[in-house]
Amino acid sequence: MKKTYKIEVDCANCALEMEEAAKKVAGVEDATVSFMTQKMKIEFQEGTQESAVMNAVLAACRKAEPDCQIFL
Amino acid sequence: MTGKQKKVLYRIIISAVLLLAGIGITHFVKLSVWIQLVMFLVPYLIIGYDILRKAALGIAHGRAFDENFLMAVASLGSMCIGVKNGGDFAEGVAVMLFYQIGELFQSCAVGKSRKSIAALMDIRPDFANIEGEHGLEQVDPEEVATGSVIVVQPGERIPIDGIILEGDSTLNTSALTGESLPKEVVPGDEVISGCVNIRGLLKIKTTKEFGESTVSKILDLVENSSMKKSRSENFITRFAKIYTPVVCGLALLLAVFPPLIRLFLHLPPNWSVWIISALSFLVVSCPCALVISIPLSFFGGIGGASARGILVKGSNYLEALSKVKYMVFDKTGTLTKGVFQVVELCPAEAGREEELLYYAAYAENYSTHPIGRSIREAYGKELDSHLLSQVEELGGHGVKACVNGIAVAAGNEKLMDELGVAYEKPEKLGTVVYVAVDRQYAGYILISDVVKEHSKEAIRGLKEAGVKRTIMLTGDGKQVAETIAKELDIDEVYGQLLPVDKVERVETLLAERKEKEKLAFVGDGVNDAPVLSRADVGIAMGALGSDAAIEAADVVLMDDDPLKIALAMKISRKTLFIAYENIVFALLVKGICLILIPFRLINMWIAILADVGVMVLAVLNAARALHTKKL
Repeated sequence: MKKTYKIEVDCANCALEMEEAAKKVAGVEDATVSFMTQKMKIEFQEGTQESAVMNAVLAACRKAEPDCQIFL
Repeated sequence: MTGKQKKVLYRIIISAVLLLAGIGITHFVKLSVWIQLVMFLVPYLIIGYDILRKAALGIAHGRAFDENFLMAVASLGSMCIGVKNGGDFAEGVAVMLFYQIGELFQSCAVGKSRKSIAALMDIRPDFANIEGEHGLEQVDPEEVATGSVIVVQPGERIPIDGIILEGDSTLNTSALTGESLPKEVVPGDEVISGCVNIRGLLKIKTTKEFGESTVSKILDLVENSSMKKSRSENFITRFAKIYTPVVCGLALLLAVFPPLIRLFLHLPPNWSVWIISALSFLVVSCPCALVISIPLSFFGGIGGASARGILVKGSNYLEALSKVKYMVFDKTGTLTKGVFQVVELCPAEAGREEELLYYAAYAENYSTHPIGRSIREAYGKELDSHLLSQVEELGGHGVKACVNGIAVAAGNEKLMDELGVAYEKPEKLGTVVYVAVDRQYAGYILISDVVKEHSKEAIRGLKEAGVKRTIMLTGDGKQVAETIAKELDIDEVYGQLLPVDKVERVETLLAERKEKEKLAFVGDGVNDAPVLSRADVGIAMGALGSDAAIEAADVVLMDDDPLKIALAMKISRKTLFIAYENIVFALLVKGICLILIPFRLINMWIAILADVGVMVLAVLNAARALHTKKL
């Protein structure tokens, strides 16, 4: 399952860091962050719960870049 | 300016006013250290609370040594020295203030570039018009089923791919291809989503769902172009990881070592002076100019390229493009138009070209073969089918028919042999259609795939852009291949290749080249997906509507103009040049400052100005990558 989320992030490098952080979260198959369109696309692993994974993703991104926002 | 940026701006103004007031008051009135500290602590916290918070969070998360940490340590350190020396807290506040001004400036510049790129790529249609009971209704394009009829008014964007049922118009394809070449369309034409309808009202029967339409595919590609890091970007990340701890170590040495030596030499140690030097050292060393500007240049380069109809899937490919030394082309559809066209009329008796074409066009009236179609196109006039009788298609030979009572035969050598008609063989290469009228040889028509107008110029452009070898691969016969290669000044050519052979050829070339020389393959996406993915850089052209090519390629040219390849290389070079400029410039300025600081030639004010100044200049320079009009 894939889903796209709107995000708010200020610099291209921070977007890269968010992408790296999101990829490492359990339950995330793949993640891409587009700084240009301010969107994050997450591919979930089979049998994972979206809301739980996304909370973990948000936490991980906040840790990497305290200023970022993901609109869940 | 966004809300967030405005907030920072207000904080900057308030704390700047308070700082100036503080400096003014302490200049004229002698106050105790603690009152002074409180006076300066207010603007300091107003401007710096978020940096301090981020620095604390960074340490808590084991990610110390970022720019927030450096700024926090430098400014706090300066404040502590202030307490010890009984005054002068302005420096610490100024460090934070300048840093925030730089950050705000940088964030505005980045936001502006981001928006202008996003605007260029804003081709998402918001609605589709459907004829309902009460006239036109606007609906979400995603809700339109395949086969529905949609209405596109002048000025609107075609939301879904389809076929025109009614109305003719001119379409603007610039959002897709970067070229504002208008395209005329009439009923029966297929149209792709994303084009803007310029004048007439169009009724379109959709052939795809919105999600499968061209515009969705392109948006997907743009939004998901994975942020694969280029080597320069990786360099910066690796660099920052080693650099920051090293600089912190050096700063510590600078703070401790000289005073200890002075103590040893029985001189006053001057601890605070050396600690301030060490803090300035930290401020200057902040690598943010690089960390921010390098990704921004690549981001700008990719954005600028997409505005010209060149979609690049990642900054690593943009970087690789500039290092392409081997450019391998597929012939059909890439360098040639991939459509048949009449290139020569050779009547048996001179001056009777028109007649030859007339009979051939009639004979081929019902033919669906591309050759027959190209002859009718060359004739160009309306055909009156009443004049035609006894049409007989002879598979593999040609066609026989009666035109206005006269027997006409048009076909290959076999047909002429069968009819016992003597014919002359042309010297030039291509597909030949011989025509016999009334059992007499009337001449031949030469049909061939034609070279694109810009192909030759494109090859020359590539050579100028630094490509060492141009190689053409084709399934066509050797002679055809060599003629075209000669015409276009292509260095090497390999004919009669099956798709598998093309992969093998590319493998051989990949084995031959040196490590740093990149190989790019340019194809039109028809049966060359394996080669596209095998090359260092796979370039697919004329990709509008070809999903396989969009999937397999690393660089997608929206239209099929070969000149875009050289343009892509130029954009790539410009981007890399900007990135290197920034690296050299930033490291040079910082290096000089770092050398001067231990000799106490620079104070913290200059240090912070140097740091913020370099960052702002680097960001402004990076934003240049977005502009691709002048290269």
